[in-house]
Amino acid sequence: MYIIIVGGGRVGFYLAKGLLEENHEVLIIEQNPAICESINDELGSICTRGDGCEVATLVEAGTGRADMFVAVTGEDPHNLVACQMAKHKFKVPHTIARIKNPKNEGLYKTLGIDVTICSTNVILEHITEEVPTHPMTHLMQIRDRGLEVVEVRISAGSASIGKALKDLSLPAGSMLSVIIRKGQKPIVPVPSTVLNEGDQVIAVTPSETEEAMRSALRGQ
Amino acid sequence: MKRIIIMGCSRVGGRLASLLDAEGHKVTIMDTDAYSFRRLSPDFKGKALVGNGIDQESLKKAGIEEAEVFIAVTQGDNRNIMAAQMAKHIFNVPRVICRIYDPLRQEIYQTLGLETISPTTIFADILKKQVDG
Repeated sequence: MYIIIVGGGRVGFYLAKGLLEENHEVLIIEQNPAICESINDELGSICTRGDGCEVATLVEAGTGRADMFVAVTGEDPHNLVACQMAKHKFKVPHTIARIKNPKNEGLYKTLGIDVTICSTNVILEHITEEVPTHPMTHLMQIRDRGLEVVEVRISAGSASIGKALKDLSLPAGSMLSVIIRKGQKPIVPVPSTVLNEGDQVIAVTPSETEEAMRSALRGQ
Repeated sequence: MKRIIIMGCSRVGGRLASLLDAEGHKVTIMDTDAYSFRRLSPDFKGKALVGNGIDQESLKKAGIEEAEVFIAVTQGDNRNIMAAQMAKHIFNVPRVICRIYDPLRQEIYQTLGLETISPTTIFADILKKQVDG
């Protein structure tokens, strides 16, 4: 695949390195000449100097034949515009933008950026995964359907312990997929399944009723 | 009387805000640097707000949900583009105008449905006409 990366900072550099190791054709577009030079010294001539939002630079980079376009500068507006140029002017099939402000995720989606990576959210997700007291973990997002796959832990003191699933008011459009119980095989939940303390429930829920799902499963 | 938000108290932004305010419009001007508000006319009666126009919270504080016109005139093309698209697609502001210095970028965003102005193209045309006499 031919992959263009805008921004030769740490993210861009290590991304390029990883992609080169997987034998992809990679080009980095970077404005700062000193950074360009050091990338070319370390990774071979894969960095071109220029503004990744400018048509002339993008033409020179051969954006028209790129399979993927990834914008990872430290500036949200640059990443947005670079991806939009790639998408609308050069018809690149896959565009990925890094975002700093998690609130911009919705805007980028609306504007047709295929994938957004928000480091703030990624770190938050890891924190919630690592902190066992946190009742809900995001496992996956099914973006085009507006669904989330989440894990809810039934912690001590939850009012739902000892209750059957049919007695909980789960949000519409959600579904419990599997219950993981210590020392047992995973259980496929049925309406009569009773929740135990320490259960891990994997559920699919519409993004907007995530909170309702959590409350329902913990019996609040 | 229209409710107008201007993002960027540049020379153009400051002057435009003062002109619209003098005509009786309800103007809110935003800039990330309070020092740039010195460019507003002493009679300016509108609101001058320190805030970043690419931040949805700041835009809400500026009253974007009730605004009828949003004008993006910071020095950065990309910032203007992002703010204008936010105003148009997230806050559904009826009229959004965006300054884009780069003529090629301006053309692309115009075809994508933004109302854009490139001072570069306009000024170059004017100068050329002057020279042609």
